[in-house]
Amino acid sequence: MTTKKTLFDKVWDAHVVNAIDNGPQILYIDKHLIHEVTSPQAFNELEERGIPVFRPSQIVATADHNTPTLNQDQPIKDKLSRQQLEQLSKNCKKNDITLYELGHKYNGIVHVMAPELGITQPGMTMVCGDSHTSTHGAFGAIAFGIGTSQVAQVFASQCLLLTKPKSLRVSVNGKLKNGVLPKDVILYIISKLGTNSGTGYFCEYAGNVFEEMSMEGRMTVCNMSIEMGARGGMIAPDNTTFEYVKGREFAPKGDDFEKKVAYWKTLPTDDGAQFDQEYSFDAQDIEPMITYGTNPGMGIKISETIPVDENPSFKKSLAYMNFEAGESLINKPINFVFIGSCTNSRIEDFRVAADYIKGKKKASNVTAWLVPGSKQVENQIIEEGLKAVFEDAGFELRQPGCSACLAMNDDKIPQGEYCVSTSNRNFEGRQGQGSRTILASPLVAAATAVEGKIIDISKQLN
Amino acid sequence: MEKFTTLKSRAIPLNIENVDTDQIIPARFLKATDRKGFGDNVFRDWRYDKTGEINKDFVLNDTKYSGQILVAGDNFGCGSSREHAAWAITDFGFKVVVSSFFADIFKGNALNNGLLPVQVSKDFLSDLLSLVVSNPQTELVVNLENQTISVPDSELLEDFEIDAYKKTCMINGYDDIDYLVNNKEQIEAFEAHKIY
Repeated sequence: MTTKKTLFDKVWDAHVVNAIDNGPQILYIDKHLIHEVTSPQAFNELEERGIPVFRPSQIVATADHNTPTLNQDQPIKDKLSRQQLEQLSKNCKKNDITLYELGHKYNGIVHVMAPELGITQPGMTMVCGDSHTSTHGAFGAIAFGIGTSQVAQVFASQCLLLTKPKSLRVSVNGKLKNGVLPKDVILYIISKLGTNSGTGYFCEYAGNVFEEMSMEGRMTVCNMSIEMGARGGMIAPDNTTFEYVKGREFAPKGDDFEKKVAYWKTLPTDDGAQFDQEYSFDAQDIEPMITYGTNPGMGIKISETIPVDENPSFKKSLAYMNFEAGESLINKPINFVFIGSCTNSRIEDFRVAADYIKGKKKASNVTAWLVPGSKQVENQIIEEGLKAVFEDAGFELRQPGCSACLAMNDDKIPQGEYCVSTSNRNFEGRQGQGSRTILASPLVAAATAVEGKIIDISKQLN
Repeated sequence: MEKFTTLKSRAIPLNIENVDTDQIIPARFLKATDRKGFGDNVFRDWRYDKTGEINKDFVLNDTKYSGQILVAGDNFGCGSSREHAAWAITDFGFKVVVSSFFADIFKGNALNNGLLPVQVSKDFLSDLLSLVVSNPQTELVVNLENQTISVPDSELLEDFEIDAYKKTCMINGYDDIDYLVNNKEQIEAFEAHKIY
């Protein structure tokens, strides 16, 4: 009898080079994505130790975290930012690594750029010095964030020393309500399971809700796996996946593609395979979500009130947000809206926003930033006429990058202000010192920008 | 990487849960291209108020506390993969972080930088925090060889887990690069039949 394997087991086992007795395994990494913030120290380390980059052709670099979203054709004003980007260019050139730098037609947020170019493929192992690398798990790849010491390890050997994580499956079945987007599904899951329920696990999302999702929706879900502590999230590859990959710049072509598809079809979890932990939810229970606290687990249905909890860390969090336990967020005035980040900056996200915004006007109190995930998304927004919709309504379309998700560049939310944001983290100060982040879907963000306050979008839709 | 065997030190109590890496080192300080100097900005927005004045209420600024051990609340180091968080904590002078739960990536980053994450039970953490707060002179002993954390002359003693390989690395100051580079032949043999 053969052992029943999970999707994760199959991909992992196909990449184990060797195992240390009573210790970690050597795991081979197919693709290594890098960016300007977490790679320079790794390049330095290799140089100091006289170790060459082992497989430069398996590395792809982009500039995203620290790039401006206006006037990208001009020199960057901030000296440290400019130096960091110059360092990336220098390191890539010296080591013969492909770089999609600022202004390149393929430039974009690392987790938007790689899937849209077909770099991300089912069954791969992928890493990047960024915790949202979990995004690529949407394709049935093992993809996870690593620290800079590990970036150096992959540079040196195309491998990592890892202990195999435990397995977790989250199933959501049923029919989603009108206005419930993939972002709501993952915010709901995290609000139910908490921010550390996935720590030590790799998560597989299963059930008809994920099967029926587009690749972009699946990426939004897998992206936030790390927000419940899971190093990665995966969804079984299927025809939706194969159709998405087919024909992309770096996707396999012709016979090679057909062979790969045949292999990819063997990857889904075997019936009867065992997970170390399982959770399941009913799609009907999910509504448009919103967060009220300072971690992504502090989320509620938009129609609910903030829970009451005596835990000091919970109270500290509400004090930071200037919210009261037991209150509703409906009608809270909001002055900033951000639609962007590796969670929600793909074309479907902007289509959802444009559909809602069309024919309406942005509220005058609101500053709204729309930041596409890549040059390709930016061009698509223009080609599909969405830019005109946004501009007619008073929204500003900026140039691609991580932008106000982490506020490393100038896109910062001012002290004390609330921002309804489609990004992934509502930590204290995440979007700028003293800023207060409320996580939501692109639909809720668009509605907030039009109304100038939080509204119960489900009432408007039903 | 520096070797680690045992440490006897006072501790600083940071009784906050879910300390994320954005708090440990905010993104605006990630523009440097080397590993040094991040200690100046560790817990920046808790150590200083919005005008840049020192926040005297924050434990790192409280002169009654000192030491190379940080004792923190549950789920320490969640969020971003930035290794700058581990660099900032070590650069500030800590050699050990104690918590009842660590986020995966932070834990790995700490171990790769000679910073020992010591995971203890919630009860032990609670007792330890109370003891350090009531008596800041309290000294803790962390013994990596025996995998124990204790307070001498008290009943507080607990074992902690660490991966056997990582323990060897910490004790000897080895890192994973040495191991991987020495196993190139195996890696090349694997590449002969790789799929991608």
